Amino acid sequence: MGRYLRRLGIFAVTLLGASILIFAVTAALPGDIAQVLLGTDATPERVEALRREYGLDRPLPLRYLEWLGGVLTGNFGISHLSRQPVLALIGPSLAVTAWLVGLGILGALLIALPAGMVAALKRRHWQGFAVNALAQLGMAIPVFFGGMLIVLVFSGWLGWLPPNGYVPLRTDPVQWARHLVLPVATLAVVQGAVLIRYVRSAFVEVLSEDYYRTARAIGWTPAAALLRHGVRNAAVSLVTVIGLQLSAVLVGAIVVEYVFGLPGLGWLLLNAVGQRDLFVIQGTVMFLVLAVLVINALVDFSYLLIDPRQRAQGEIG
Amino acid sequence: MRRFQLWLGIALVALVVAAAVISLFWTPFDPLRVVPEKRLLPPGWPHLLGTDGFGIDILSQLLVGARMCLLVGIISVSLATVVGVPLGMLAGQAGGWVSEVVMRISDVVYAFPALLLAILLAAGFGASTVTAMVAIGVATIPAFARVARAGTLQVMASDFVLAARSSGTNRWGIAGRHVLPNIAPLAGVQASVAFAMAILAEAALSYLGLGTPRPTPTWGTMLRDAQDFFFTAPLQAVWPGLAIALAVLGFNLLGDGLRDHLDPRLREGVQ
Repeated sequence: MGRYLRRLGIFAVTLLGASILIFAVTAALPGDIAQVLLGTDATPERVEALRREYGLDRPLPLRYLEWLGGVLTGNFGISHLSRQPVLALIGPSLAVTAWLVGLGILGALLIALPAGMVAALKRRHWQGFAVNALAQLGMAIPVFFGGMLIVLVFSGWLGWLPPNGYVPLRTDPVQWARHLVLPVATLAVVQGAVLIRYVRSAFVEVLSEDYYRTARAIGWTPAAALLRHGVRNAAVSLVTVIGLQLSAVLVGAIVVEYVFGLPGLGWLLLNAVGQRDLFVIQGTVMFLVLAVLVINALVDFSYLLIDPRQRAQGEIG
Repeated sequence: MRRFQLWLGIALVALVVAAAVISLFWTPFDPLRVVPEKRLLPPGWPHLLGTDGFGIDILSQLLVGARMCLLVGIISVSLATVVGVPLGMLAGQAGGWVSEVVMRISDVVYAFPALLLAILLAAGFGASTVTAMVAIGVATIPAFARVARAGTLQVMASDFVLAARSSGTNRWGIAGRHVLPNIAPLAGVQASVAFAMAILAEAALSYLGLGTPRPTPTWGTMLRDAQDFFFTAPLQAVWPGLAIALAVLGFNLLGDGLRDHLDPRLREGVQ
């Protein structure tokens, strides 16, 4: 139990630290937000009035506490350009990003599991080297360049799929799917390449286990023994890796959204940066960091639940 | 095979360094001069790789881009090493609440991927090479702190540290004479991998328009500009894309190769 409470405490402290960092950086904006909003020809009186309206004339610690209180109660502030609550902007964008990230991770696993298994089983043959080489190559290609190449082939040359844009699932499921295929594939290929080496080493470990040798001895083929006994045992380390990779996937999604013009959280954030929409930047970054932290905490809890050995270790350490 | 990977990594890194050094003294054309009548030339003579949408020679930009890529990598990785390794050693040697504080701060920074931190800094202080380097460097500190702490804990549990302690060596002596030399190779491997990630992050930032601004050519901004003509002149994007991929591949292979070289247990076939 103490282990869970400690993990929860770490989560809370990290979140608090992250919120201070976000607030400090955005509060450090050179020049005044009010001035930026009104333009250089605004009268000092109008700037002063706007500063008061946003509460910018009050001390920083007070503004921070107010903002933090808002975040904790689901009030992320109001965009000063669209005048909409930040949370209302995040909502629809979140759906896009969640689809992209979820399907992207699924696709990455569909690539990495078979490829990693081949790399482990055939690690002294050319097939294994080929998978390793492809994985190294995939890891080296920047996600936006990969996206551009995929667009060039599948939209430019073959004309099969739209190069950019998004249609909500409820409006038209077929168009929704058509618009998501290329971005999801881009994210899946790049993340899949990263995952392959972890899958490979997880399975290589299984290959030297007693239960695998026993399965082989009673007549299972290598692939069947690995599928029957390896996948379950490799799953624990894979959950960890996917948890650790999550922030990389989110970052990848931000870039992919930009490449494909998908109106997700990354798009929202980058637009807000372009327009210096302070509260949207603060809110979106806080939201993304919150998501990363929550999922990492859940991953930690999940193996405390799955693996009794970890629980025992936790009590000692 | 493993040897081959290490040598390929060294060769690719050497290629990037060579390109950067050459660009200091000579480029085929002026990498900043806009020549409207020479826009979007295909590869040929005298523009070996063609020209971009501004009529600027692509090969010249690639060479100068290598310099920017190395600059960002060196500064950000050095920043992460110089801050992260001592912090990790401190946490590992002191233990207790010191370790707790260091690791919790490291957790906070770890929650920010380099790109997110860079977007935040670019929003706060404006997009520039400096904000990109600082963001990537700071975001990489926790990785170094963790590696250094884990290494330090291992070294501290060894018999030679016990011997040093019982013969009266103080903690600074132990840190300098025993811990640092033993964790330096680990930090070196980490640095090579971090370098590859820094190159990718810098390229992504420049591509998003949040890194080094024009006119300074970087591989990321070249890709960004090439996107406008991508369907008509895709080769223009392929060159900088290829350059980034080869540089990242080089540093990744170098890191893997060094790790295998240092830790024979990780070599294949030993079970």
